[in-house]
Amino acid sequence: MHGLSLKQLTTSHIGPIDLSIGPGQAIGISGSSGSGKTLLLRAIADLDPHHGEVYLFGKAQTQHIPSHWRQHVAFFATESQWWGDRVDEHMPESADQDHLLSLCGFEPETIHWSIDRLSSGEKQRLAIVRQLALSPSVLLLDEPTSSLDRENAQRIEDMLLQYQRQRQAIMIWVSHDREQLSRVSQRQFRMSTGTIEEVSQHAV
Amino acid sequence: MQSDAIHTLVQLTPIDLGLAALLILLVSSISLINKVKIENKIIFSALRATLQLLFVGLVLQTLFNHSSLFWVAIMSMIMVLLAGREIHVRQQRKLSGGWGFMTGTIAMFLSSMVTALFALLMIIEHDPWYHPQYAIPLLGILLGNTMNGISLGMDRLTSSVWQQRRILEARLALGESAQQAIRKLRDDAIRTGMIPILNAMAAAGIISLPGMMTGQILSGTPPIEAVKYQILILFLIAGGTGLGVMTAISVSSRRFFDTRDRLRIERLSKSID
Repeated sequence: MHGLSLKQLTTSHIGPIDLSIGPGQAIGISGSSGSGKTLLLRAIADLDPHHGEVYLFGKAQTQHIPSHWRQHVAFFATESQWWGDRVDEHMPESADQDHLLSLCGFEPETIHWSIDRLSSGEKQRLAIVRQLALSPSVLLLDEPTSSLDRENAQRIEDMLLQYQRQRQAIMIWVSHDREQLSRVSQRQFRMSTGTIEEVSQHAV
Repeated sequence: MQSDAIHTLVQLTPIDLGLAALLILLVSSISLINKVKIENKIIFSALRATLQLLFVGLVLQTLFNHSSLFWVAIMSMIMVLLAGREIHVRQQRKLSGGWGFMTGTIAMFLSSMVTALFALLMIIEHDPWYHPQYAIPLLGILLGNTMNGISLGMDRLTSSVWQQRRILEARLALGESAQQAIRKLRDDAIRTGMIPILNAMAAAGIISLPGMMTGQILSGTPPIEAVKYQILILFLIAGGTGLGVMTAISVSSRRFFDTRDRLRIERLSKSID
């Protein structure tokens, strides 16, 4: 199996979870608040301590340097964080930065904008640009559109799907919106009290 | 006041100190009349300072009479532990598991001891080098200042890590290593710890006469000699504080993360308000 696979992934609140996702495949996860969706994504990104192992293209998480793993396996938090004064202070070095900006509907000079003048939708889209600039092969998306209006939500959906198709990236999309999940993913799962179960096609 | 023609030092009599104490009583009575309600505190603090200083004076006198390395070492250890405890209690949030206390105390111990030994062995070169007249005041002033710097720096570090925990995790998620992510907070904390000694050096002589120099001049040391000692002390404090603050902050900044560069915010205790 040469995608992303979780073997007995366990933290103090979730698991054990076994799951395999093939290259270029997108899965959706829904579930009530507190069911452990965010904790699952954080454990896959190695942001929380956990037992069990995660493999990417056959290589274990523990065999990667932590910072390299997180560049490949990108965790997108629901709320984006900004610490500098201007957008470019948050951007990693990247060759196709302009391409990514235009993919997300920005002009190249957006990079010089001040953080204070960004709307919440712009912040969310730029947070995606800076994370995609690292060329991740796995996208872990924690309700990326939950705080946005319909138009911005649609934009983010489109740009993430375009990146995913271009790079054959693996995607785990967490959302309360079942309709959105059926648009963006091929398989859907439900989480409750720390365990995960595939939702059969009929039930959707 | 009786001046002594042979010694330049004017000996203070209990009556002299009693006269000075009238100032304390004056401030207390003004407070009493105006119902500021600080009179008890002033009198208590004045009594407490008197007793503490008399006690230390007796201890130092005894130490001076014996000049034994063993007793100087014991006295030093007591001073280090008391200062270490002070660093620990001054922090709003602490690293758990004794790490906060140990890191601060060990960093302070190492930097103060190294600086004090350097000064005693290489600069002052009194025989014996551990003579308490030099060793104890030197270590005391180094410990006091290093303690101040380390406690300011550690408090800054722990509170900024707590406030910026989401930002730290966002930076980790963007593929930064733990040290890259915390770098700015670490450097800010080191700068904060160095501010008192930087201010002291900037203000020395112009805005304030340093306490040590004032004391020396009052007790009859020629001003230029007192100035030379003051410069020595400022450099020693800057060196000791710099080493101590950098060690304590660098070591603690690593403790917020584990070997997989995960932020372990649970290692910070809850705030004590």
